[in-house]
Amino acid sequence: MATNNGLVYLIALPLFGALTLLLLGRKADKWGHLLATAMSAGSFAFGLVQLSQMLDREAELRPVTQKLFTWISVGSFNVDAALLLDQLSICFVLLITGVGTLIHIYSISYMSHDEDRRRFFAYLNLFIASMLLLVLGDSYLNLYVGWEGVGLASYLLIGFWNKKPAYATASKKAFVMNRIGDMGLSFAIMIAFASLGTVSFSGVKEHAHHASEATMTAIGIMLLIAAVGKSAQFPLQAWLGDAMAGPTPVSALIHAATMVTAGVYLIVRSNFVFDAAPNAQLLVVIVGAITLLFGAIIGMAKDDIKKALAASTMSQIGYMILASGLGPAGYAYAIMHLLTHGFFKAGMFLGAGSVMHGMNDEVDMRKYGGLRKFMPITFVTFGLGYLAIIGVPPFAGFYSKDMIIETALNAGGAKGIILGTITLIGAAITAFYMTRVMIMTFTSPKRWDDNQHPHESPALMWIPMAILAIGSVISGYLLYQGKAFKHWLEPLFEKHGEHTELLPPIVVSGLALTMVAIGVAIAVIKYQLSEVDSVAPEKVSIFTRIARRDLLQDDVNEALFMRPGQALTSALVKVDDSVVDGAVRGVGKMALGSGSALRKTQTGFVRSYAVLILIGAASLIAAIWVVTT
Amino acid sequence: MSLDNYLYLSAILFTIGAVGVVVRRNAIVVFMCIELMLNAANLSLVTFARINGTLDGQVIAFFTMVVAACEVVVGLAIIVTIYRSRRSASIDDASLLKR
Amino acid sequence: MEPLLTIQTPETVLFWFLAPLSVLAALGMLLVKKAVHSALLLAWVMVSLAIFYIAQGAVFLGIVQVVVYTGAVMMLFLFILMLVGVDSSDSLTETITGLRPIAITAAVGFGGLMVSLLGRATLGREPVGLEAANAAGNVQGIAALLFSKYVWPFEVISALLITAAVGAMVLAHHQRTTPRPTQREQSTNRFRTGSLAGAAGLPGPGVFARHNAVDVPALLPDGTPAPSSISATLKARGDVIDSAQFQLDNVDTTVVEEK
Repeated sequence: MATNNGLVYLIALPLFGALTLLLLGRKADKWGHLLATAMSAGSFAFGLVQLSQMLDREAELRPVTQKLFTWISVGSFNVDAALLLDQLSICFVLLITGVGTLIHIYSISYMSHDEDRRRFFAYLNLFIASMLLLVLGDSYLNLYVGWEGVGLASYLLIGFWNKKPAYATASKKAFVMNRIGDMGLSFAIMIAFASLGTVSFSGVKEHAHHASEATMTAIGIMLLIAAVGKSAQFPLQAWLGDAMAGPTPVSALIHAATMVTAGVYLIVRSNFVFDAAPNAQLLVVIVGAITLLFGAIIGMAKDDIKKALAASTMSQIGYMILASGLGPAGYAYAIMHLLTHGFFKAGMFLGAGSVMHGMNDEVDMRKYGGLRKFMPITFVTFGLGYLAIIGVPPFAGFYSKDMIIETALNAGGAKGIILGTITLIGAAITAFYMTRVMIMTFTSPKRWDDNQHPHESPALMWIPMAILAIGSVISGYLLYQGKAFKHWLEPLFEKHGEHTELLPPIVVSGLALTMVAIGVAIAVIKYQLSEVDSVAPEKVSIFTRIARRDLLQDDVNEALFMRPGQALTSALVKVDDSVVDGAVRGVGKMALGSGSALRKTQTGFVRSYAVLILIGAASLIAAIWVVTT
Repeated sequence: MSLDNYLYLSAILFTIGAVGVVVRRNAIVVFMCIELMLNAANLSLVTFARINGTLDGQVIAFFTMVVAACEVVVGLAIIVTIYRSRRSASIDDASLLKR
Repeated sequence: MEPLLTIQTPETVLFWFLAPLSVLAALGMLLVKKAVHSALLLAWVMVSLAIFYIAQGAVFLGIVQVVVYTGAVMMLFLFILMLVGVDSSDSLTETITGLRPIAITAAVGFGGLMVSLLGRATLGREPVGLEAANAAGNVQGIAALLFSKYVWPFEVISALLITAAVGAMVLAHHQRTTPRPTQREQSTNRFRTGSLAGAAGLPGPGVFARHNAVDVPALLPDGTPAPSSISATLKARGDVIDSAQFQLDNVDTTVVEEK
């Protein structure tokens, strides 16, 4: 494999930006955001150069590596800090740096009134650097460093406004739940090291064929746990909604476009593991299917625009995970949907940020309405993203989601029918809740009071939105035409025979569009043609109430883990108090008691000690007397 | 008469000295009793020398005398020092070990 | 076989004469109240032992015993006794409950077992006697051993002796913590503390013109003895003469004119 000694600059640029801003402190306040944006843009430009070089090469020669230094060298176990740029990584590099740069530009304006803007940009750059390390690492251990780095950046950015205790708690929640996933990743690395003796992607790939299926299943399940934690999939999904506490650009970049998709990257990158472990692969599909419905249902009930979008993100990542669990047939579509989703969801989040910007940080959609007139550009860009996500041709989401539905249906047998049905229902629900967001925000009658003066956002904010909107329009077709993207990624995956098609593609598309139409129609009837309350109605069905409570995810977590955990800790405290401390204190009391008992023999009078010596001498003589008898 | 009689005498004197150390309270008398014990031991050594027909026992007894002299000098100095600070030569008064 | 050592009659007589006496003296040491008497009884025991040494052929040790012990050590004891004086420590009443019976039981056990052990013990050969060893003289014999076989212990013990001498000096050395009061200060203190009556000094002992020994308290104007005129040591010992007998009232003051 060819080496390219320039790869490190992809990471080094944003890392330099982050360190500079953090180390210089207030001195960098005036120009810090510009440096950070420049570093991100530079990384993006460098990524484009790499892409053009890669396109020039033959498919087999496209991956390049760079060894930075020998990290761990113990006996036969060697881990290099090395980077790997292949067809999969380059997609992520461009997505991260491209969307990242746009969001940097957007944030210059969005955060202009925040006195901590420099710190914000430092964290953003730190995130970019960590995420790039995550996707560029050539072994699970290198990936793990980036994995933890993005977790840290996510924690710092969710809690960026940590003056509000609720926000600080949200960041802590995200961090703790991410730890569970990180445990999975570390276990996966340990299992790989213990049973395969290597942790590099290529090494594990070599062993994947002749290692036992149980080993690969164990690694696969651990990797799935990691992906579930990072990508907010069922059952570790609860943190994503609260993560919206962070500034909106963070939600757009980290919690929609890039970091939360790291789980999909991990599964696709570990395709050889899952190909060798069908059971783990089935589990991936199940998790994806549950989450896609789970997120969609929550999305229907949320009135907070960012939380509705977060639920949608969860659901869309569910699609990706499902696709990546379908084996070689689905990997390319998982990544394709990931890329298109990166465009339209980031665009919509930025749109939501723009709306909040114009509405005094109001997030309740019931207090919106009729903003189309006041924010035309936001309306158009958001609308394009909306059309993309619900899957209207020829927008991006249509191609990517349609392919996932098709692949799911073709998975074969009952599995295919069940998965196809779920993805189709998901499409309908997606159409419903996104239409609901659209209508409640932009087209229904206004419900805000006269203190609000909605206005369009400045150019620095809408230009990134416009670019992302263009991406949401064209990216799907560009990737789809002539199966370009599928062929691009093909060298990385196992060859697979074509499945028999359950339904012809045109019928599948028709079904999907029908489902979307149904969803849109219901939403239009419910919200456009009837009055929307400005306060969430109280008298609603039990299902709505449950959905509003995030399908009881927090209640379940509290009942299953928090309360037993608290009970366990308080029980342990009691055990510690009575048993452990009791034993320790008992030893102390014993020493004290025996001491005070023996103390009575200590009169302090020399003569009493002399008597004891005399008695001792007499006893000695007596002993001799007895012995010599 | 057997030479054992000297040894009996030595044992008796030694025992009397030991009792004296325990029952008397005047530090000086206690010291004298210790001297008595040392002398009793010396008597045994001299007798042993005679039984063995060598002078080694007498040399050891000589050493004992020197050690006893050293002990008396230092011990009496200690008694004087204690007396100076406590105005008492009773060994029961010097019972600080208890506290 | 002819025994190597025969004990002559004079030595037997000497033993049976002196041994009971020295045991009695040792017992007396425990029982007498005054430390001085104890010291004298100890001196007696030591001299008896010195005689036994000489009788047993240890001439040099016998002389050393007399010179070092009865001479130097006992003198030191007496000297310290004078320095410390008399106090409650001379009392024979036991203050620690149960100590005396325990001590006596233990001692009787110790002594009895020791004696019975000695009675049971056998050497397995006859006593040799010192005639051969003392052939060139006792002092020469000891010197030969001391400077050959025992030279190393001898040197060590000499170091010990020096250390003990220095140690005694260090212990007995008294460092003043306050400057010595001058005569002027003493005089000032006399007037400032206590009653003015003592300002001119304590009354001296003795009754004017009748009996002026130090153990006779002075008489106060009302005819009662003055305790402050007598040394506390004499009072503690009880060596105070009642000075009431020298009161003027009891003296015939009638003047008989000479014819």
